[in-house]
This record gives sequence, C-alpha cells and structure tokens, in this order.
Amino acid sequence: MSLSLQILQHVPVNNYVLLAAMLFCIGVFGVLFRRNTIIVLMCVELMLNAVNLLMVAFSAMHNDPGGQIFVFFIMAVAAAEVSVGLAIMVLIYRNSGSVDIDLLNKLKG
Amino acid sequence: MNTLIAIAGIGIVAMIADILRIRKIIFPVAMAGLAIAAFTAVSDWNTNTRYFNDMMFFDNYAAAFSLLIVVIAIIWFVMAVPDLKTGNHYSDKSALVAFSLAGSVVMVSFSNLAMLFLGIEILSVSLYVLAASNKNNLLSNEAGFKYFIMGAFATGIFLFGVALIYGACGTFNLQEINAFVATNKSDLSGQMYTGVLLMIIGLSFKIAAAPFHFWAPDVYEGSPTTITAFMSTIVKVAAFGALYRLMAGCFSQINEWWTTVFIILSVVSMLVGNIMATRQSSFKRLLAFSSISHAGYMLLPLLTLSDLTGTSLLLYGAAYAFASIGIFSLVSVMSENDDESIDSLNGFAKSHPIKAILFSVLLLSLAGIPPLAGFMGKYYAFYAALKSGNTSIVLIAIISSLIGVYYYLQVIIAMYKPTGHTSASFRFTIYQNIVLWTCFLITLILGIFPQLIIGWL
Repeated sequence: MSLSLQILQHVPVNNYVLLAAMLFCIGVFGVLFRRNTIIVLMCVELMLNAVNLLMVAFSAMHNDPGGQIFVFFIMAVAAAEVSVGLAIMVLIYRNSGSVDIDLLNKLKG
Repeated sequence: MNTLIAIAGIGIVAMIADILRIRKIIFPVAMAGLAIAAFTAVSDWNTNTRYFNDMMFFDNYAAAFSLLIVVIAIIWFVMAVPDLKTGNHYSDKSALVAFSLAGSVVMVSFSNLAMLFLGIEILSVSLYVLAASNKNNLLSNEAGFKYFIMGAFATGIFLFGVALIYGACGTFNLQEINAFVATNKSDLSGQMYTGVLLMIIGLSFKIAAAPFHFWAPDVYEGSPTTITAFMSTIVKVAAFGALYRLMAGCFSQINEWWTTVFIILSVVSMLVGNIMATRQSSFKRLLAFSSISHAGYMLLPLLTLSDLTGTSLLLYGAAYAFASIGIFSLVSVMSENDDESIDSLNGFAKSHPIKAILFSVLLLSLAGIPPLAGFMGKYYAFYAALKSGNTSIVLIAIISSLIGVYYYLQVIIAMYKPTGHTSASFRFTIYQNIVLWTCFLITLILGIFPQLIIGWL
C-alpha cells in the first residue's frame, strides 16, 4: 500500500464527506443566487469537483479503483460541458452585449 | 450494441460529409443507418449479452427501448430535414442529433452507473448546442443557456447521489448494488437513502417532472421547433427508460420507500402541468406544459414493479411520442409564419380539412380518448397504479386528464373557428405530410391493437 493512500485513509472519511457536502452546497447556492453567468458556470464546476473529492475519498476508503476512474469520466465530461456553456455565453454576449443573467428573461408565458 | 455503433456511424459520416462537400448524402445515410440500427435492435432480442466488462447489458428491455427510440428518430428525422437543411449547419446539426441518439441508447442499456452518467451527458451536451442552434436569435440562446445550466445543475445533483451510493456499497455495478441492498435491507444507512433521493431528483430534471420542471416551458419555447420535438419525445422516452432500469435493476428491494417519492412527483406534475397548460396562449408552450403532465402519467406505472411496468411504460412512451411528433410537424409549419399562438390556427380546418381531422385525432390521443393509443397508454398506467393500491392517485390522475381534455379541445376548437382578420397560410412540405400520416396510422393502430406492444417484455 502506497504512502499517499495511507495518508488519505488516516483522515476519517466523515471529514471528506462533510467537506464535499459543504463545497457542493456553496456550488448550489452560487448557481441559484449569483447574477453573473460566468460565476454561475464556476459554481457548477464547484459542484462537480465536490463530487470528485467525494468519489476519491470513498475510493480510498473502499480500496477500490472504480471511484477514481469515475472521476476521470467526470473531469472529461465537465470539460466538454464547460466548453459548450462558454460557447453559448459568447453567443449571448454577441447578441445582447452582456452576460448578466437578468437579461435572460425574454421567455415568459 | 450494434445499434449504438450504427447510430454513432451516422454522426461520423455526417461530420465527414461536410468536409468532403457531399451534404446530399446525409439524409439517405441517416435513414439507412437508422434502419440498420432498428434491425440490429430487433436482432438483439433474447440475446442478453453483456458488453465491456458488464458496463452495458442488452437485454430485451434495452432492445425494446432502443427500437422505440430509433423508430421515433426515423420519423423525427423525416419531419426535421427541411428545417435542418435551411441554414448553414446541416451536417453539424445532423451529427449532433445522431450523437444525442447514441447517448439515449446508452441510457436505456446501461448496467453500470458510470454508463448511465455518460449516456445522460452524451445526450445532453449535444442538446445544449442544438437548443442554442438558432445563433442570431437571442431567445434560442437563452433557451440553450437555461437548458445548459439546469442540465449541469441536475448532473451535479445526480452525481452527488452516485457518489453517496458508491460510498455505501463500494461499487457502481447495478447487480452488485442490488445484491448489497438485498442483503443489508434492514440496516441501510441514511447515506444510501440520500443517494437514491438525489439520483431521483437528478433524473426528474431530465424527465421534466414537477417540481423540477421550471426550465422546461422556457427551453421548449425558445428552442427551434424541431429540436423541441426531439427534446419532448426522444429525451423523455430515454430518460424514463433509464429511470425504470435504475429503479427496478438497482433499488427494487426498497421500492416502498421510493414509491412515496414518485407519488409526490407524479401528482405534482399532473396537476401543475395540466392547470398551467390551460392558461397558455402559445401552442408550443401549451405542449411544453402538456409534456410535464405526461411525465406525471408516465410515473404511474413505476409505482408498482411487475411484468407490466416496462411494457406499459413502453406503450405510453410510444403513444405520447408519435402523437407529439405529428403535432410538432404542425408547430414547425406555424413557426415558419413566426406565429405560434393558438389563435393563429383559426381557419385551419377550412383550408386543410383532412389535416385538421388528423391533427384533431392526434390531439385527442394525447388527451386520452378511446380508441386511440393515448387512451390505451393511460389505461395501462392507471391500471398499474390501481394494482399498487393507490386509488386516490388514480382519482387525481383522472381529474387532471379531464383538465387535459379541456385544453386539447380548445386547440381543436381554434382550428375549426372561422378565419379571423389575419389568415395565416400553412405550407406543408411532402416530408411533413408523410410524418403526419405515419403518426396518425401508428396512433390508430396502437389504440386498437395495444397488444402489439403489451406483453412483449
């Protein structure tokens, strides 16, 4: 067993869960309450990275590499998702000259 | 498995066709590829093969849902091809649609939570681009961005649930999780229940079930009409396929617990969807709310897990999707006039008497009038809910489908009203005529012979 794994397992897993849950909640509140779309995008990333942290912690706890492989999937998908999101934001900026989320209220019934 | 390869092949050919400047071949290639995909889905019947170290499992359930998705995709492609051809990005859009379809096939045939996650993302990321594909229209951009933020948000919640379940079980494999739940049924930790709840919430965003529906009307209205048709049919069928596969394959041992969650989702979706739909003046927005209410009905078969659950879900999905695509062919003609209000349909019956009858039949099928497919779908859904002993839920479902009849009839009445002062002209292409007649025939046949689908799985 490698030293890094031992160090990871030395910290009780509850602390990792708590930290990940806190990061996740910061992300959720950011998505719901921030008005700048770039900050919103960063908060979505924060949510996904909280999940990554949790996955790695559980992976070390179970001594099972599956969780770490899942983290690679999440990182790759998150990168693809952000590139699409930024492209859509560039479109919005070209058409409206701003990235404020309050401008996006044209669709109302 | 070959279904997936054929569909991904369409996407790759469509992208290369743009480089080689042979855009004309995209439509024939897509049709041929989808036909091959349908054929391979049929040939996968009863093979029950596991692929990629048990990452994917093509059982009959996966084959049936893949076939349904591919057939809907064929009809959708015929409907959408005039719209895709106008504008600059014919090949890109076709490729994105094909990749999105590949994602939906992964979603109904996963056997590992990692594949479920990848399927959802392959489906969604392509759709974010497609929703915003009307580049110079701010409404389309807004729809794309809202869909993106809500989709990413839902993915985050879903993944947090996956991580918690992984923490509790130490595996992502569906069978192993099921075995873990079965052996530790009495002392499952709160972590496990939280994980399941978060996963249900994440998937509820995708099926647009209330109270996680708030993005749907805006996104459906702002996106190009053909993409709206794609989102409200194929995505919904795939997401329900994934939801049932997840709940039945993974957490069937604790179904008393998650049934309560589904009852709440179902009742709220039916009421919110139907009541809000009565207040809409835009036809596209009305269909968005009606799709929310149909998500509520489609949750009913999940309340009890029996042999009939999968097939009644399949039948409802087919009835809903074919009727919707037929109606969306009318909406796509309306969007060419830049007027999607229900009032703009006035005088439609006078100028297109036969089409008015066909559209009325499709709308009545969505409302659930016998002997059409929508009625049989609702019948089996309500029957399943009754068998689970939730009589009050069925009562609410019947009342809300009565509200549904009211607003679908309003559209039909609008079509048969005499022309107002502005008479819009409706130009149907040959593609839309084919789609309309096909959807009409399927709706009629499935309504009279529901056993074509019921009893297969």
